[in-house]
Amino acid sequence: MKRKLFKGGRLINFANGEDASYDILIAGEKIDRIGRDIPAPKDTEILDCRGYIIAPGLIDMHTHLREPGREDKETIDTGIAAAAAGGFTSIACMPNTSPVNDTASVTEYILGRAREIDSVQVLPIGSITKGLKGDALSEIGELRRAGVVALSDDGQPVRNTDLMRRALEYAGMFDLPVISHCEDLDLAGDGVMNEGRMSTRLGLPGIPSAAEEVMVAREICLSRLTRRPIHIAHVSTSGSVRLIRRAKEEGLPITAEVTPHHLCLTEEAVAGFDPNTKVNPPLRTKEDQEALIKGLQDGTIDVIASDHAPHTLAEKEKEFTYAPFGMIGLETALPLILTRLFHQKFLDLSQIIQKMSLNPARILKLDRGVIAINKIADLTLIDIEKERVIDVGLFKSKARNSPFHGWQVKGYPVMTICRGKIVHTAISQK
Amino acid sequence: MADSRSDKLLRKDLLGIEDLSKEEIDLILNTADAFKEVLTRDIKKVPTLRGRTVVNLFLEPSTRTRMSFEIAGKRLSADTINISAQASSLVKGESLLDMAKNLEAMNPDFIVIRHPVPGAPHMLARMCRFSVINAGDGAHEHPTQALLDMFTIREKKGQLSGLKIAIVGDITHSRVARSNIYGLTRMGAHVRVIGPPTFIPPYIEDLGVDVKFDLQEGIKDRDIIMMLRIQKERERRNLFPSIREYASLFCLTKERLSRVSEECLIMHPGPINRGVEIEPEVADGKHSVILDQVTNGIAVRMALLYLLLGDKNEA
Repeated sequence: MKRKLFKGGRLINFANGEDASYDILIAGEKIDRIGRDIPAPKDTEILDCRGYIIAPGLIDMHTHLREPGREDKETIDTGIAAAAAGGFTSIACMPNTSPVNDTASVTEYILGRAREIDSVQVLPIGSITKGLKGDALSEIGELRRAGVVALSDDGQPVRNTDLMRRALEYAGMFDLPVISHCEDLDLAGDGVMNEGRMSTRLGLPGIPSAAEEVMVAREICLSRLTRRPIHIAHVSTSGSVRLIRRAKEEGLPITAEVTPHHLCLTEEAVAGFDPNTKVNPPLRTKEDQEALIKGLQDGTIDVIASDHAPHTLAEKEKEFTYAPFGMIGLETALPLILTRLFHQKFLDLSQIIQKMSLNPARILKLDRGVIAINKIADLTLIDIEKERVIDVGLFKSKARNSPFHGWQVKGYPVMTICRGKIVHTAISQK
Repeated sequence: MADSRSDKLLRKDLLGIEDLSKEEIDLILNTADAFKEVLTRDIKKVPTLRGRTVVNLFLEPSTRTRMSFEIAGKRLSADTINISAQASSLVKGESLLDMAKNLEAMNPDFIVIRHPVPGAPHMLARMCRFSVINAGDGAHEHPTQALLDMFTIREKKGQLSGLKIAIVGDITHSRVARSNIYGLTRMGAHVRVIGPPTFIPPYIEDLGVDVKFDLQEGIKDRDIIMMLRIQKERERRNLFPSIREYASLFCLTKERLSRVSEECLIMHPGPINRGVEIEPEVADGKHSVILDQVTNGIAVRMALLYLLLGDKNEA
């Protein structure tokens, strides 16, 4: 592979607090040199990066790729293309495929497809329980050997508390992080949106905040019991933020993520019965949103993750109640976060990049998330001032179920580099 | 948008009471007055909707509302067609959207839709040219029921403003309660909801109502008591322990009614569970206007069909 010299980009490296203009020379898959005014060696492609931010490649630790089984919604191919377009260099994919990723052969299939495509790194997450059924442990050791980076029954809580305890203990042997989808299914009932002012107005059955919070509290207790880390997926309520903050103060190894849609939308968005606003956990209130932002600011929430959940048009064109939960997010996550959190001055760039790159790398134990010599060259170039209107028609994802169509956003990923290879670019070099 | 000078509703659809202005509600009720007069004539038919088609798309069981819309359409000389869930292509797996597109291709003027979940009429209205009238969408709204209730109250009491109204029963799951709360509060009445806490949705006070759990206490100063039907299947979801206990706490009995004003009106949207939420003697007694509600439903629905025809006549 030809060497590449990225000239004059603004390098943001949370790991050592760097924020200045540098040249980066990439040789093969790795970063060869970082410095000022690096002379271009022979046979080097030079890319003018002045005006752009160069961040460590973004990592989405919560994606649904749907393959194997539901290739009508998304494939590994289209999911990877969407990730690349959204500035992600690694994506962790949840196991709720068909068949479920509860055996080594499914993990190997996913990794094999990703290898063939040779673009964004795909990190399979194995299921905690066989078939996501919640009654028996998956063969976690086999999954680990096949290459899963974490365990989760995402989409479902593990209802049996003793089973969850054993999963945490057993996974500890392999140092595998466990990701919990916190939802008390009895409390959630047949709810389809947040229980509150809007559900009362619209007559739609609600999912109370407590449905999430009682499970967050349970996971905290289990982390205290087992001393094992638990990562809380898609935190959506102020009560959960408070619980997690207290657990962290206590020194428990709890980490947490929030999605862009919970930061950008509230239950008010459901008013028009648009099935694209139907998501689990549901869009909550303004007060919850403020608590989530506060949680990001003070470090209670470690990660921003997309929870990219593709569905077909036919599935989402139904009545709100009958449509499936979920929205896509890979191609809107960074623009939404930059618009909502950076340009509105809630977080600075290094905090955002930390939560979208270094922190997910740490939680998943990946050697990623920093820009340094001899490290894998996974980079995301960002044009922080670029304004655009989101158009679902232009998405690389197979799915179109985004409530953000038509939104004006500011800040876009313009180039994605995986292992030294440009996998997406919106820059026309002169 | 409402225009008080207009004699038509300047909107394509009637999806709910929540977004109706006071002027629009007045217009509908005043127009219904005129149509009620028509219903007392020997020949109860006028040519207003001749050549127009009204499709009653009822995807949930209904006797009263469906028949009322059908009679309203026929008395206005419209062609009315009824489609029920069992007889529709939905049982073959057709989506509501495809069904709507096919209906649209047949060019009806109105679709009156009853649907088991909230927002279905809104979806139809967004996608189709014809006028959509919501005849009940899940627990969301039942606007024509609230309009006929308001019409009946106004007819008996002369006005809506300043009246004290109680709505008793399962507020959480009631589209009738929601539409009446929106309409009555907009018209200046005071609404109280009464029921066990398991039947009272969160933040209901934000809709401008107050809440009581004690029936006797709650109804003593009321001008109108509106009873809601109790669905027996809610017992299974632990919203109350038994029908027997519910009736002992919340049934409107002669005994309980004896302690409210002589002028108090008793209403019920039907169908009634006699002996559960209301005693037979009360449902059939002198306070009851339950059958007036049914009669008035036709006049109100005629008024709506007429008013929604709106600019189509001028076009």
